[in-house]
Amino acid sequence: MLKYILKRILTIIPVVIAVSFIVFFIMDFVPTDPAVTALGDGATEEQLNYYRETHGLNDPLIVRYARYMAGIFRGDLGTSYANQLPVWDLFFDKFPNTLRLALASVVVTVLLSLPLGILAAVKENTWVDTVCSTLSFVGLAMPNFWLGLLLIMLFAVNLHWLPSTGAAGFSSLILPAITCGTGNMAALTRITRSSMLDVLRQDYLRTARSKGQSERTIIFRHAFRNAQIPVVTQIGIQMSTLIGGAVLTERVFAWPGVGAFMVDSIQKSDFEVVTGFVIMLAIFVSLVLLLVDVLYAFLDPRIKAQYSRN
Amino acid sequence: MKKNQDAAISVKENRALEVWRQFRRNKGAMIGLALLIVLVLVAVFADVIWDYENDIIQMQIGNRLAPPSWEHPFGTDNYGRDMLARIGYGTRYSLLIGFVSVLIGTVIGVPIGAISGYVGGKVDNVIMRIVDTFTIIPSLLMTIILVSVLGTNLFNLMIALSISTIPVMTRITRASVMVVRNNDYIESARAIGAPTGLILLKHVLPNCFSPILVQATLRVGSSIISAAGLSYIGLGVPLPTPEWGALLSASKSFIIKAQHMCLFPGLAIMITVMVINLVGDGLRGALDPKLKR
Repeated sequence: MLKYILKRILTIIPVVIAVSFIVFFIMDFVPTDPAVTALGDGATEEQLNYYRETHGLNDPLIVRYARYMAGIFRGDLGTSYANQLPVWDLFFDKFPNTLRLALASVVVTVLLSLPLGILAAVKENTWVDTVCSTLSFVGLAMPNFWLGLLLIMLFAVNLHWLPSTGAAGFSSLILPAITCGTGNMAALTRITRSSMLDVLRQDYLRTARSKGQSERTIIFRHAFRNAQIPVVTQIGIQMSTLIGGAVLTERVFAWPGVGAFMVDSIQKSDFEVVTGFVIMLAIFVSLVLLLVDVLYAFLDPRIKAQYSRN
Repeated sequence: MKKNQDAAISVKENRALEVWRQFRRNKGAMIGLALLIVLVLVAVFADVIWDYENDIIQMQIGNRLAPPSWEHPFGTDNYGRDMLARIGYGTRYSLLIGFVSVLIGTVIGVPIGAISGYVGGKVDNVIMRIVDTFTIIPSLLMTIILVSVLGTNLFNLMIALSISTIPVMTRITRASVMVVRNNDYIESARAIGAPTGLILLKHVLPNCFSPILVQATLRVGSSIISAAGLSYIGLGVPLPTPEWGALLSASKSFIIKAQHMCLFPGLAIMITVMVINLVGDGLRGALDPKLKR
């Protein structure tokens, strides 16, 4: 098991190299000049040239890439052009906020989706099922950031219950977490429902019923435990997209996270920040996916045995 | 030979008819299709229904932020322009972006996935590692980065969205090609020496058509949402173009005074995506009876 985890951690390295190459390559097409971003429009041609020379901006792509990669392994992601702070520090300044929002959103999603999905499966083809699938159908079509705006309208502007923006304390986390969480609700409810349905049709449940076990034991001990794998996979996918993809929600609520900062940096043409942030996010996304695979082993002894064999 | 071709055509016709019959039975899908036709008509004839200069762009400062009324059912915006006209005209952009970006993504993603799934081995490995890499970067971020590199306009937005569609289409094509390629008729086509390209085009891909079409349809909805999101943060279609995301972006400053500005563009996005997803779900049910619940 430990060997498997170590092996998986090692596979993250080529992923990081590939992601950083793609990002580096794309960023090379940016028409803006980093020297101008750093020194401002008033800089003379000589100053710009000096900056380019001292920062190695005149070197060929592959040389800059190699230098950059050597830096990554030392924890150096370069310096922000716009405010001259190390990108590494900027990232870890914003990342805890993003992580906090992601975790809170997952909690919201799980609290809403699991009961709804299980209920819909148990009451298959009744009005309960119809209500649940209608809810998730509507949720799937709703733009997340619009839901955020609606929540601000209702709870902050009209009712004055919760703050509309910022990240001061627990109350300001509620609306962003509901926004991200309900956005993901649709997918998780659907998956919970369908994997529960698969399990509910199995023979061993009939056996459990014929032994006279209560319906509740059957659903939670026998059925749900075996329906967990797709559910955990989906939660993992959501967690990984939330880490990098909560850009819009962060913007709507002025949440000081990684995504909102990246968009700001893009608008300031601060591409050193963008490159560094994307690479760091890719690393964390890979780690989350690894965590999901490890969780499988705890949920299902068969998978654990498989890991140990390989 | 001629007879065989005729037989093949009639089989195809029967298949299409059968799919249509199945599709027609699904009430939700039929409602979705009817509404989608209406939306497409509004998008195509937007120029006829509204005058771009007078109804969409021309400011009427005297009539700022008017709430919904008989004259302006969706109210007016911060420049006094009729929201109904602006949202109606915006149908054009959202549908165009959604369909074109998915079309481009499909045209590029399907051949890559087909080769990956059919050839297998090292080729498959290399292609899938590249696809994995793109999947690791969250797709919205990827789109944002691409737009910021290419520059913000309608065309670049479509290109950026199509690039994040490619990995999705590649994966789904690869998966279904891998199932189809093991069939006996593919084996026999190979045995009589048919070239790989021909086998892929004539025998493999037609049998993978259903999952690809369903996935593409559902992808249109998510592309429309992503496009609106990008316009919302100012990286999509710029104002004064009445793109729905841009309308929402403008509404944020008036969230206290004029909530109708925020309500209706969002509803337009949601209903459009729901309509497209209804059609997608209907197609899924009609094309693959096994998937029906």
